[in-house]
Amino acid sequence: MLLQSAVSAASQLHPLSGTIAEWVWLLPILPLAGFVINGLLSLAGAHFGPSDPNTPAHDDAGHPHADRVVFVQGDPQITHVEADAEDDHHGVKRHRWAGAVSVVGPGVLILSFLLALGIWQAMVAANPTTPFLQTYFSWMPVGDLQINTAFQLDQLSMVMILVITGVGALIHVFSIGYMRDDPGYPRFFSYLNLFVFFMLVLVLGANYPVLFVGWEGVGLCSYLLIGFWFNDKANADAGKKAFIVNRVGDFGLLVAMFMLFANIGVLDFVGVSAKAVDLGAGSALVTTICLFMFLGCTGKSAQIPLYIWLPDAMAGPTPVSALIHAATMVTAGVYLIARSSFLFSLSPVASLTVAVVGAVTAIFAATIGLKQWDIKKVLAYSTISQLGYMFIGVGVGAYVSGMFHLVTHAFFKALLFLGSGSVIHAMHAAYHRTHSAEDAQDMRNMGGLKRYLPVTCVLMWIATLAISGIPPFSGFFSKDEILGSVFARAQGSTLASASWLGVPGSTLLYIVYGIGLAAAFLTAVYMTRMMLYTFHGPTRTGTEEEQALHEAPWIMTGPLVILAILTIAGGWLNLPEVLTDLVPLGPREVLAHWLDPVVGGSTTRIIAGAPAVPTSTEEALIATAVVIAVVGILFAILRLKPANLPRARDAVPEHGFEGVVAHKYYVDEGIDRVIVEPTYKVSRTFFWRIVDNGLIDGLLVNGSAALARAFGWMGSRLQTGNVGIYAWVLVVGVLAMLGALTLR
Amino acid sequence: MLAESLALTAALFIIGVIGVLIHRNAIIIFMCVELMLTAVNLTFVAFSRFYGPAGQVFVVFVMTVSAAEAAVGLAIIISIFRHRQTVDLKNINLLKG
Repeated sequence: MLLQSAVSAASQLHPLSGTIAEWVWLLPILPLAGFVINGLLSLAGAHFGPSDPNTPAHDDAGHPHADRVVFVQGDPQITHVEADAEDDHHGVKRHRWAGAVSVVGPGVLILSFLLALGIWQAMVAANPTTPFLQTYFSWMPVGDLQINTAFQLDQLSMVMILVITGVGALIHVFSIGYMRDDPGYPRFFSYLNLFVFFMLVLVLGANYPVLFVGWEGVGLCSYLLIGFWFNDKANADAGKKAFIVNRVGDFGLLVAMFMLFANIGVLDFVGVSAKAVDLGAGSALVTTICLFMFLGCTGKSAQIPLYIWLPDAMAGPTPVSALIHAATMVTAGVYLIARSSFLFSLSPVASLTVAVVGAVTAIFAATIGLKQWDIKKVLAYSTISQLGYMFIGVGVGAYVSGMFHLVTHAFFKALLFLGSGSVIHAMHAAYHRTHSAEDAQDMRNMGGLKRYLPVTCVLMWIATLAISGIPPFSGFFSKDEILGSVFARAQGSTLASASWLGVPGSTLLYIVYGIGLAAAFLTAVYMTRMMLYTFHGPTRTGTEEEQALHEAPWIMTGPLVILAILTIAGGWLNLPEVLTDLVPLGPREVLAHWLDPVVGGSTTRIIAGAPAVPTSTEEALIATAVVIAVVGILFAILRLKPANLPRARDAVPEHGFEGVVAHKYYVDEGIDRVIVEPTYKVSRTFFWRIVDNGLIDGLLVNGSAALARAFGWMGSRLQTGNVGIYAWVLVVGVLAMLGALTLR
Repeated sequence: MLAESLALTAALFIIGVIGVLIHRNAIIIFMCVELMLTAVNLTFVAFSRFYGPAGQVFVVFVMTVSAAEAAVGLAIIISIFRHRQTVDLKNINLLKG
């Protein structure tokens, strides 16, 4: 049993102590237990699977999969069609313990979510103004460095917990259907559970080191899940790429932690927020710390320059893309900045950097999204772009808006990814029918799918309208609030009066606002493009294949429906004051009031008495954003002709600027040329041949062996075997000792 | 009187040592070792003449041990001779490293 002792900042009892919030430790423990159980089942039932190098060759020779047991009962259609429809390219024998895993895997998440709801209720009732701290044991008591394994429950972590466990549970349920016939089924769920465990540790940690444990843990799970089908080298490489790129960012976060400890001697959030002012507002020191921390965020949250891993991460199963690479893990950077708002609000320069990088990433990724053909790649670049929006939000000190967009994005992006999973599921079934080698994720092979997947089509349109910013869907409110905050802070705030690389902050914020609008336009265009090419126009899949296209089973569409409801209703989390006349329903700015105890002070510090934007201006801004989104959608509908689109195998490569965009601005190639290849070259010539072969193997390993052999050879020369010599040596020795004793 | 006795025994001992060092014949070396033992015995006797009878006791012990050593040593030499048809130590270097 964990040693529990409530440590309150003040000596009096925290309002949450004695309530269900005491059980906060159970939140991460439940998924951890799921990981252990599923992992053991995976080992117990191990047979031919991706982890077995002796897997029989691909089973696409067309054997009837008669040995497969259908787990989902009461849905006979799954039996024949779906069984072939899996996204796996490997053996197809269903796992022995799949039934138990289907209960345990999503079950622990649902329990966790229910517990989170209970804690949330307690928190609503208690309305604490200080974080609820639970210290379990001392982790690193080294001199001045006192780090406890402690959890911190406040309004910010509560929001994250609800998103992680709620969206996570839905995605787990979806995975039951999506991964049904994968031989690595228990392994998949154990990794997913482990991921949720680390993510909860990340958002619950009461100090930077505990957060860092979760931070690294989710990176590990991301690696494991991207490379889930590691028999394919491309997938394994994508996993490694994600891991290595993230290491670069983690280095930044580590340096930031070291600098914090060196300068103020504490690492827990309460302590740092109390002492942050000692670093000096606007000082070079606090700016450096924030920038290093932001480097960590660019890695985890896929911002320029470290975004390159996220598109490749689409190599993982689609639920992974939804859970990790859209809804939760990649938002860790946004969470970290909101959590460290007491630092970032002290440094206008760092905050402006965050906003500028976010804006550039938003527009950069959006343009790439325009020319992608892989449905998941479009969503990947869309995710990067939307994360850019969140960073604009937290960069300009609108921490609530950033978190708001994080939450709504979790809803609609999970919906989009799971919807694309449903599409891919159907496409796989279609191509499996004819054993075609066509790409099941290429939109040029889709088209007209609304006839076969009507539910998915409607639900994904809802998410598309939300991400484009069409009212009353959630994305409209959150995106608009970010842009509105940027506009509002361009006059009179601390950011406006600061200067960034010689550019006045005010000008910069107007530029960021403009870029944000442009990115909103592009978002509407590429999302509509994706929907048009996927669901509308003629079907390009192939005549025979079309017959296997079908809607996904209820276990997959069910979570989609719930996510769609959240996507529609999510905006009500934080209705803006200004729209009182237009949307007369519901309370205003719920999330802003909710998060006020955590980020309110920092937000005020950044605003610094900037005048409020007049209501008329604000309404004009909102109108502009809506018009831009509508124009974007109409532009795409009028401009794009799905009817004229050739199939993937008939497609001609793009030329000119279009080609550059289609090749993602050759960023990957550039990084290969500038960083990867020189690294290889230096490693081969210098580190391998000279350092490893020459110095380590040659001098140290073989050298010490040669030295020992040389001494041995010299010693053996003394052993002539001739008794006469021994006698001489003996006598000389005795004489020498006698002489030494005598002359002493 | 003691000094002369010790000088004599030292001379005998050194002759033995030199014999061991310069000869290659195992029998002769063996005899030189016996000579060294005898020199030591003589020293004990000389000392007991001046300092009491304890030296005499040692002499008896040494003679006993040297008799045993002579038996073992000669047996080894005979055994070597049977193997190698020689007792020249130059040729006996099986323990060479």
